[in-house]
Amino acid sequence: MTDATISGAKALIECLHSEGVDTIFGYPGGVLLPLYDELYDADIRHILVRHEQGAAHAADGYARATGKVGVCLATSGPGATNLVTGIANAYMDSVPVVAITGQVPTPLIGNDAFQEADITGITLPITKHNYLIKDVNDLPRIVKEAFFIASTGRPGPVLIDLPKDITTDELEFKYPETVHLRGYNPDTDVDTDAVRRAASMILQAQRPIIYAGGGVIISDTSPELLKLAETINAPVTTTLLGIGAFPEAHPLSLGMLGMHGTRYANYAVQESDLLIAIGARFDDRVTGKIDAFAAQAKIIHIDIDPAEIGKNVRVDLPVIGDAKEVLRLLLSHLREKQGKSGAWLEKIDAWKKEYPLQYQQSDTVIKPQYVIQEIHRACPDAIIVTEVGQNQMWAAQYFQYEQPRTFLTSGGLGTMGYGFPAAMGAKVGCPDRTVIDIAGDGSFQMTSQELATVVKNDICVIVAILNNGYLGMVRQWQELFFDRRYSHTELTQSVDFVKLADAYGAIGIRAEKPSEVPSAISEALAADRAVVIDFVIDPTENVFPMVPAGAAINEILEPEVSA
Amino acid sequence: MRHTLAVLVDNKPGVLSRVSGLFSRRGFNIESLAVGMTEDPEISRMTIVVRGDDRVLAQVTSQLGKLIDVISVCDIPSSESVDRELVLIKVSADATTRSEIMQIVDIFRAKIIDVGTETLIIEVTGDRGKVRAIERMLKRFGIRELVRTGMVAMNRSTKTVNGDDA
Repeated sequence: MTDATISGAKALIECLHSEGVDTIFGYPGGVLLPLYDELYDADIRHILVRHEQGAAHAADGYARATGKVGVCLATSGPGATNLVTGIANAYMDSVPVVAITGQVPTPLIGNDAFQEADITGITLPITKHNYLIKDVNDLPRIVKEAFFIASTGRPGPVLIDLPKDITTDELEFKYPETVHLRGYNPDTDVDTDAVRRAASMILQAQRPIIYAGGGVIISDTSPELLKLAETINAPVTTTLLGIGAFPEAHPLSLGMLGMHGTRYANYAVQESDLLIAIGARFDDRVTGKIDAFAAQAKIIHIDIDPAEIGKNVRVDLPVIGDAKEVLRLLLSHLREKQGKSGAWLEKIDAWKKEYPLQYQQSDTVIKPQYVIQEIHRACPDAIIVTEVGQNQMWAAQYFQYEQPRTFLTSGGLGTMGYGFPAAMGAKVGCPDRTVIDIAGDGSFQMTSQELATVVKNDICVIVAILNNGYLGMVRQWQELFFDRRYSHTELTQSVDFVKLADAYGAIGIRAEKPSEVPSAISEALAADRAVVIDFVIDPTENVFPMVPAGAAINEILEPEVSA
Repeated sequence: MRHTLAVLVDNKPGVLSRVSGLFSRRGFNIESLAVGMTEDPEISRMTIVVRGDDRVLAQVTSQLGKLIDVISVCDIPSSESVDRELVLIKVSADATTRSEIMQIVDIFRAKIIDVGTETLIIEVTGDRGKVRAIERMLKRFGIRELVRTGMVAMNRSTKTVNGDDA
């Protein structure tokens, strides 16, 4: 060792500094000892989770809330495999995460050594790219590339597998300033001709609709989206991941479309003559029966990922590029209020009046929709994170989102257990914001061990459990499509969530009557610790509207609701 | 429909599994895959023959293009290219059949590269049609073993797959 060299472990810390990483969510282990020894006095906040899955979701939540790259760290073998769900989740929703895993020393790789798992092999189909570092001199370049790949183009998770001997090997450290990747160039020029054609299709359309996805939020295109909608007077519907991309109080907002979307959004899509898809990927939960989706419409598909073009639906005009750049260019071809969609908007307004989102309020039993509305009333600028299932859909439907990055949810993978650790990550990234995890009693139990993490690290998140004693969404499908045969979906009398919160040193609050809901929320908002609110809700409440799987999105199930 | 793709990739470990993994994960069918180093030792070239309509081809091409280690993907239309594969065939041969087999080998401009008391190994190079034809001719003598390299293909004339990098 000479004075000019440092260890791989120290080099990694330097790399993370250079990338502006201030926080890591991680869990140590045998092969990571040299790295953790460096972390001991490094100027990086390390948050010790209680399960590696929590670290991956927290990094994801941190990234979605801040727009920065989230970083998680786990040891080899089981530590690494415990990250897998979180990595797959980030991959499906295009979230920039760098996952660093320890690995057994390079001479042992392939020998089935203690705590060895082929994590680059395992994560091949669920990462944007991954690396196994075999030479410490490659470490700075690989870390630089990993952050670059994770955060540019269509973002996604990148995994770096770091063998123990690489962390102790010495190198002359220099962090590269640029990356050279022959096979990766995210800066593609926008096809100006395609944009011009898009403008002319928009000008010819009588019934245009904008279908905005998560790509709008990722690319920070909300201002341009608003401008486009107002310029051409087109209504805007968002996907689940697109929620927050367009202010829902705006008269042109139709809320979410698809399986549990608003009736008026689905009707508008089905009757439109031009669908402008921006950063969305025509997921089956959006399109329903694919042949019947927007059957009268020409489709313009704006996306940064060429592989999304024509994957699920035939597109009339693809425009490949960064949504922000494309929309800016598109706006330069359009003049103010050029849209001639007056009759179209009147029709949509009539649908809005006729088919609002609705539920039957009760004086005796708590309705989950009411809980969401009360949370919105008490804290309209909160960052809402969700678990998966009914809780997720009610949170999507009944909170009014006005800003991007205020609704974080596992859309593609549908990961129960995502919400709470993701909320933890979001709160760490945005400490001045109120962060609320809308949970179900099923989902919360999948990652509730992170209560220890939030209490220990003073991460004041609120978990609002909509406790119906069931795996509610599965129960709903059993009720509607499986003759009410509730096979293994009942969770009643399983956990006392107030005592659970108390056991971890968090605050537990229970609300059993509608009248207790507002006070429970205000008590939680005033607390100086993490809070779990157990809202005991109507176990029979279902999510409506609902398009059955495989049906066209205007074939909607909804029970009668008396006013 | 059958398509031949020339895929330039970084010559790094794991690239083959990234490419083959992508095909299986997305449900694309590989008919054959041949890979080897190019004139640039840092770059390997894969020749992949896939079956599918134009939509499948577009998906295969763009999904391959997303792999970081993939430098370029080129569709090589059969009308403007040459393609070859090399096949080794071990065929049963005794004194009574040997000369007839040697005639067939001659006609196909193939080669006998090993002679045993009961077998011959024949090396054939050619396009799909030629290989299929000789295989058919040799079948009745008893093919004991057959191995093929997979198709490799190249554009005719000055056109290359190196594109802007050339």
